[in-house]
Amino acid sequence: MEVEEQSIIALREFGCEQNLLSRPDGSASFVQGDSSVLAGVYGPAEVKVSKEIYDRATLEVVIQPKVGLPGVRERAREQCVRETCEAALLSFLHPRSSLSLVLQVIHDDGSLLSCCLNAACMALMDAGLPMGCLFCGVTCAIDPEGRIITDPTAQQEKNSRAVMTFAIDSAQHRVMMSSTKGSFSVNELQQCIAVSQRASEKIFQFYRDSVRRRYSKTL
Amino acid sequence: MRRYCISLSSSSCVPHAVGNKHISCLFLIEWLLVLNSKMRETPLSNCERQFLLKAIEEKKRLDGRQTYDYRNIKIAFGTDYGCCIVDLGKTRVLAQVSCELVAPKENRPTEGIIFFNLELSPMASPAFELGRQSELLVKLNRLLERCLRNSKCIDTESLCVVSGEKVWQIRVDVHVLNHDGNIMDAASIAAITALCHFRRPDVGIQGEEVTVYSPEERDPIPLSIYHMPICVSFSFFQQGTYLLVDPSEREERVMDGLLVIAMNKHREICSIQSSGGIMLLKEQVLRCSKIASVKVSEITELINKALENDRKVRKEGGKYGFAESMPKERITALKTDVAPVEMTDIEKKAEDIISGTEPPSDSSVPSPVVRAPGTGQVGEGLENTWGLDQLEEDEEELVDQAMEEGQETEERCQSPKQGEVVVISDSEEEEVVILHQGVQVKDSNVPASSSQQQGTGVSKKKKKKKKPAQ
Repeated sequence: MEVEEQSIIALREFGCEQNLLSRPDGSASFVQGDSSVLAGVYGPAEVKVSKEIYDRATLEVVIQPKVGLPGVRERAREQCVRETCEAALLSFLHPRSSLSLVLQVIHDDGSLLSCCLNAACMALMDAGLPMGCLFCGVTCAIDPEGRIITDPTAQQEKNSRAVMTFAIDSAQHRVMMSSTKGSFSVNELQQCIAVSQRASEKIFQFYRDSVRRRYSKTL
Repeated sequence: MRRYCISLSSSSCVPHAVGNKHISCLFLIEWLLVLNSKMRETPLSNCERQFLLKAIEEKKRLDGRQTYDYRNIKIAFGTDYGCCIVDLGKTRVLAQVSCELVAPKENRPTEGIIFFNLELSPMASPAFELGRQSELLVKLNRLLERCLRNSKCIDTESLCVVSGEKVWQIRVDVHVLNHDGNIMDAASIAAITALCHFRRPDVGIQGEEVTVYSPEERDPIPLSIYHMPICVSFSFFQQGTYLLVDPSEREERVMDGLLVIAMNKHREICSIQSSGGIMLLKEQVLRCSKIASVKVSEITELINKALENDRKVRKEGGKYGFAESMPKERITALKTDVAPVEMTDIEKKAEDIISGTEPPSDSSVPSPVVRAPGTGQVGEGLENTWGLDQLEEDEEELVDQAMEEGQETEERCQSPKQGEVVVISDSEEEEVVILHQGVQVKDSNVPASSSQQQGTGVSKKKKKKKKPAQ
């Protein structure tokens, strides 16, 4: 199965369940192949005075690894996710309040950052927070032969020469965030961006379908 | 926080004597800490509290359960060995077991190490803070340790690889994902299920060499578990008059006391803890242990069934993992198949973008200039025009003077012009003047040798020295 997947460019089967936790204001679990992330959102709520921002909401993002305590890698991912969310959220609508997003890694089988981004977006949607646009994450890997793999598994990521993750917005399909590892040429970067933009359409279509399904009985 | 501080200090400090102020302040800080941590938890109103207690008196529970009923328990396994999610009603707990080869403890050289880490993720409740050792967290961790480690349910001697040198350390991470009461029972079920599900890599020993085999080379080995202790929580209301099994979050908030009994299916009590400061009669404890034995055998059966089911699916090569346990019939859930991405014009698009962008301007980077040993300069910089109009004359004089002094540093004669400059400028201005001087030297294309630059520095020092003399 793995060999077949390598030759075609495709996103692994992905799925999402929203509103699965009772305590958070919004929650979602996003599954990409075997990678799985659970997200919970609290807010807008009261903010600590030390973290208060006078003209917008304070967004805190926490990524919890499955084993052990969060380290530098989690902090770096948190920052990527936070900056993407801050760009998408209309946080000026809730000044002097706090939004907290907690992401729990359930299983890591590659493309974890993009899975985190997708889970975050679905959870924010579930929480009903106002956003200027939606966003999704797409991970591309370049294997030693120079071929592009989208949504790589952990094994594929390990064997690849470069791994890139892009956050793409739904309005204009622009790149909101990029995180890259390894070496690649300008041409390869542009190709990966173009592939990610194309792949993002699939994910946005999925968002649309899941929202339509969710509100099919109320609308 | 400041807001609270003011209101509290006005109310709580007044009754104390002045001498007691220090103590009251400490008390206040402690109180503030408590307030700060509990600030985000929605308080339970008196109405709700009375309603709940009244319902319990009438043998009714909010979720329609009977007194001794557990909520639904659901166990799902991940793709990894030793990973499971346990749902107890709406309480959700994730457990992951991992292992590592470490040196054993000195006093027990032949025993493996088991480490428990229960975490209250801020996802579970708004009152849980990241990385805070709350009382609840310590209590739960200790209970879990007592339930699973101190009951010796895992054969630690089988975890020894080389006596006194290498043993397996088994780490159990339990993450609380959603808090809807009775975290302890859910955590103990999750931990023991994950431990039963876990497989550690096989090791081979040849002489001094220890080889750890990957799962492809040799089948991983399950832990040897003697028995499965499971915690059962009982909550007491109205000073022990009423008893409920498996309290929900609301019920936990109005309860007076809690009794946790850890027991295995052989009816052996592994640990028992009563908290909340409630006096229990002997009969009550015995009755609870009887109820516990029934619940434990039910739960053990469920765990075994879940483990058996997972084993079967893995053996048959079917699909397993959390992705499979996602409910498909719910309207909040959606799943798609593998989605191919079209790649037809990707290369062309990328090339267009690259050819469309202007190549970076070809201006060659100037080679670095070394003006003096130990310095370097790239490019010429911009000409400084600050205050040049007023200071031009003075500067020219200063440059002349500096050059003079650079050439003959020994000479300490004091020209009247120089004196003027020193008088009008304080030390800060003097430094500015010196800076300009440097620029001026460069701009006027005077070959600035290192000795001259040093000379200006010396001259500045000299002037400073002279200043107080005048």
